[in-house]
Amino acid sequence: MTAPFYVQGAWFVGAALFIFGLKGMSSPASARRGIVIAGYGMLLAIAATFLIPGLQNIGLIALALVIGGGGAWISAQKVKMTDMPQMVAIYNGMGGGAAAAIAAVEFAKGDMHGLVATTLATLGALIGAVSFTGSCVAWAKLQGVLKKAYRLPAQNAVNVLLALISVGLGLAVIALAPQQPELVIAFFIVALVLGLIVTLPIGGADMPVVISLFNAFTGLAVGFEGYVLGNPALIIAGIVVGAAGTLLTQLMAKAMNRPISNILFTPLVASGPGEAIEGTMKELSALDAAAMMRYAGKVVIVPGYGMAVAHAQHKVWEMTSILEEAGVEVKFAIHPVAGRMPGHMNVLLAEAGVPYDKIFDLEEINGEFGQTDVALVIGANDVVNPSARTDKASPIYGMPILDADKAQNVIVIKRGKGTGYSGVENALFYTDNCRMLYGDAQPMAGEIIQHLKSMG
Amino acid sequence: MDGMLALYIFMLAAFTGYEIIAKVPVILHTPLMSGSNFIHGVVVVGAMIVLGMAETVLQQAIGFFAVALGAANAAGGYVVTERMLGMFKKKEDAQ
Repeated sequence: MTAPFYVQGAWFVGAALFIFGLKGMSSPASARRGIVIAGYGMLLAIAATFLIPGLQNIGLIALALVIGGGGAWISAQKVKMTDMPQMVAIYNGMGGGAAAAIAAVEFAKGDMHGLVATTLATLGALIGAVSFTGSCVAWAKLQGVLKKAYRLPAQNAVNVLLALISVGLGLAVIALAPQQPELVIAFFIVALVLGLIVTLPIGGADMPVVISLFNAFTGLAVGFEGYVLGNPALIIAGIVVGAAGTLLTQLMAKAMNRPISNILFTPLVASGPGEAIEGTMKELSALDAAAMMRYAGKVVIVPGYGMAVAHAQHKVWEMTSILEEAGVEVKFAIHPVAGRMPGHMNVLLAEAGVPYDKIFDLEEINGEFGQTDVALVIGANDVVNPSARTDKASPIYGMPILDADKAQNVIVIKRGKGTGYSGVENALFYTDNCRMLYGDAQPMAGEIIQHLKSMG
Repeated sequence: MDGMLALYIFMLAAFTGYEIIAKVPVILHTPLMSGSNFIHGVVVVGAMIVLGMAETVLQQAIGFFAVALGAANAAGGYVVTERMLGMFKKKEDAQ
């Protein structure tokens, strides 16, 4: 079906607004305006589609828009900021599912013209289906529905075998469909299973990179289905996201020092006994911690996901304000993968009202720890583990870390004596200049605030 | 659609996506992932076209599923991104 010029024109403007909006989102000052502009583009593209002459099932379309769009709109309003990563995962998966479903309808109709269209439809269906089930697994893991990583024996061989079967079935679909509906069904089932099996063994710490990868996948799938439908707006939006998402995935993987192939094919486990850690963990009280920071010249706060889980960011910001009024210089140091996604911690701090010019990333702040009196580590673990610099047997060896250990004093607020998300022992906690403050981050920050106030 | 023309669109779109992301500060990685997630929600337009041409009940059912999923991608992606970006403020306008 060819759309009339006014519909085509609206789609064109929509695609332009997407690119303009995405460009706006690449700088903090214009980011909010960027998403609003892209939003107008989406509304325009959807509204114009209703004007295609001869469009059937308009009631069904409207109903599906209301159910899908309305449901997601309401649930997205309610979700907490800490849970944002899994929401991005699930909405992304739905986009992939939609792309695969478009291909399924085209196959069912059997009126696809030409080898290129059939091939791209099949490829888009495969990528979209993998993204759909894979993103659902990513959501379940981050949401805590799936607690552990499930590894099959010979996982990598199974992955490769399934991938080969799905590609083989895809080729058969290209050659024979639509004469063979069973073949199409088998193809979709294997593609969906492939997404599940590939994602299940991946640990929670690697999930952000995987979500970003699936985001790029969905973009590609949408672009390919756009070709099949002869819709350049879909091609442009899909491929722009595919390319942007691929680059974003690489940047994230680089920040974690984990090549994408490692994330997909090797679990994060210690490759040897590791260096023995010497020393003991030393405790201190909230009063001592308050005094140390109150009379310090410079304090750098290193927040981790533990702070976010304890919802301590508001208290921490209150504490920061009191310290600043007392003349202490306070900065926040954010590791690229603090939180559950790169930049997630910035969002959480921003929610608490911390202005973004107080927040510094790894390259900016690492040189300053040498002149820092107190480094306050709140609910962070792996990102300040000095073993990443020295211990070749450590699974996190080579990951860039925040050099909190170089500060005069280190205070670590931590719930218990356990290891971090990656399950690795932290050498920082055993060093001479490090003191542990055991407890939940929120009441602890509250106690420190009380002591600070009494010091005046 | 003309195959070669589409290939040129693919190439230019890929460059555009790459260039837009290339110089982005780390603090915006999460919102950008979320924002690009919203943008591929335009798949809902394709799903609407497909459902709008569906003839059998099976095609209607899959098409309905596609539109609902695509709409959820667009709506959810928008709200999540907008909420995140709404929080980025400089010190002077924080109050």
